[in-house]
Amino acid sequence: MSDDIYQKTLLRLAAEAIGAGRLDAPDASATVDNPLCGDRITLDVRLDHSGRVAEIGHHVRACVLCQASASIVGERAAGETPARLREVAAALAAMLAGRGPTPDRKWADLGAFEPVAGHKSRHACVLLPFDALTRALDEIEAG
Amino acid sequence: MRFDPATLRRQFPILGREINGRPLHYLDNAATAQTPQSVLDAVAAHESRHRANVLRSVHALAEEATEAYERARADLATYLNAASPEEIVFTSGCTGAINLVAHSFGAGLAVGDEIVISQLEHHSNIVPWQLLRDRRGITLKALPATADGRLDTAALEHVVGDRCKLIAVTHASNVTGAETPVHAVVAAARGVGAKVLLDGAQRVPHGPVDVRALGVDFYACSSHKMFGPNGVGALWARAEILADMPPFLGGGEMIHRVTLADTTYAEPPHRFEAGTPPIAQAVGFAAAARWVAGLDNAAVAEHLQRLAGRILDGLAAIDRGRGRIRVIGPTGLQERLPVISFDTAGAHPHDICQILDVHGVALRGGHHCAQPLMDFFDITGTTRASLAAYNDEADVDAFLEGLEDALARLT
Repeated sequence: MSDDIYQKTLLRLAAEAIGAGRLDAPDASATVDNPLCGDRITLDVRLDHSGRVAEIGHHVRACVLCQASASIVGERAAGETPARLREVAAALAAMLAGRGPTPDRKWADLGAFEPVAGHKSRHACVLLPFDALTRALDEIEAG
Repeated sequence: MRFDPATLRRQFPILGREINGRPLHYLDNAATAQTPQSVLDAVAAHESRHRANVLRSVHALAEEATEAYERARADLATYLNAASPEEIVFTSGCTGAINLVAHSFGAGLAVGDEIVISQLEHHSNIVPWQLLRDRRGITLKALPATADGRLDTAALEHVVGDRCKLIAVTHASNVTGAETPVHAVVAAARGVGAKVLLDGAQRVPHGPVDVRALGVDFYACSSHKMFGPNGVGALWARAEILADMPPFLGGGEMIHRVTLADTTYAEPPHRFEAGTPPIAQAVGFAAAARWVAGLDNAAVAEHLQRLAGRILDGLAAIDRGRGRIRVIGPTGLQERLPVISFDTAGAHPHDICQILDVHGVALRGGHHCAQPLMDFFDITGTTRASLAAYNDEADVDAFLEGLEDALARLT
């Protein structure tokens, strides 16, 4: 039921808006639109010398679900390798599709989106920041 | 006598449904209106008694199906006050109708010719013209909107120039509900010898339209927004214009004679109806047109205006002057349809709609396929409540109660 979606954890994550704001010197940026509703996220990524994510910045014009998801990316992506972040994005998509568990401990906050699984029209809201993250990482890898 | 929606509601079986344990309050009529039993029965009767392909076979069912299909065309002609049924082309919907004009009428345009649309248009009345621009090298211009979401007719004078061949605008906005002052558009077009197309998707559910009195050249509409089935719409155009237009899609039923070398084409309207048409849907579309025409539409309009006023007053009461709720469109009740959009600072339309769904209230949130209008208002989307004849005070009150709950939880 829709009522389950807007739990305190999710609303708190959205309100915290961790990582909100653009980076001064990102290694890559990606802007992704949700064609369903017109929501948009621009996400900046900066890597450290070892190739792990050092910092995330984002500008979000979107719903609470997308804001909360971006906040999780802003908090948790630092220290992760691009390969690991792709795994998390895929695991989140699988969780929403009912084909996999909630991603592991560091990313356990993504469990706040479990009630969204029953609302397919909202999956894209949750995945939008991860789509932007993946595209930014693609851009870095493409050189 | 005051219009009573209760008798109307009983004709709509879907309105008896519960959603999330609550009575359904359907306020997404601008997206799709619900279908009365008489229309459902007309479609079922056709499919169970007369189903066959049209215009070709000679057996009894084919004769009956063809007769039903052409009778549906005549009913739509009556609804729109067309000069003849041959001026009605059945299409896949309103989008299909506009694309037909963009291709067929557009084929006669030259580089530098101009088409004028507006900031208020649905994507269906923007993208086909952009595609035409890219194919033919025409120039696409847009009339601005006013701050209260109406067409800025004051701009007609300097936007509509001598090279303008067509002004294609909405009859009523699917976002703001504002009705277009068609006479001003027609006058501007006539001044330069241009044609006028109206996107009537939002207007047709609110009673018969007189295309000849409007003085326009093309009128596009869809069935599913006027209580009929999905998958069918209509284009009306004046006979002499249709006669000069080349085909859009090619295939069966739109030809006069086909050889391996060449093809000659049927006369309108069949020239523009390639392939097996949506026959049962057209029958249902006509049944819906008859159903709407049979209402006391003046009384329905008064009823809906009262409900729209209740919504606008309710939004103001919830906002209590804090400026968090901004109506995107006219705040008055004149020259508007009962389509009310609003922006809520700090609460996203999809989140609001999701919570309203828990209350059994069906709304639409988002850009409403009108992103240029969203850009104009510097928002990504709105929450929209849109009314149909069967809506009542309980629907409006459930919406307002749910909205208060949503805002309390989200802001």
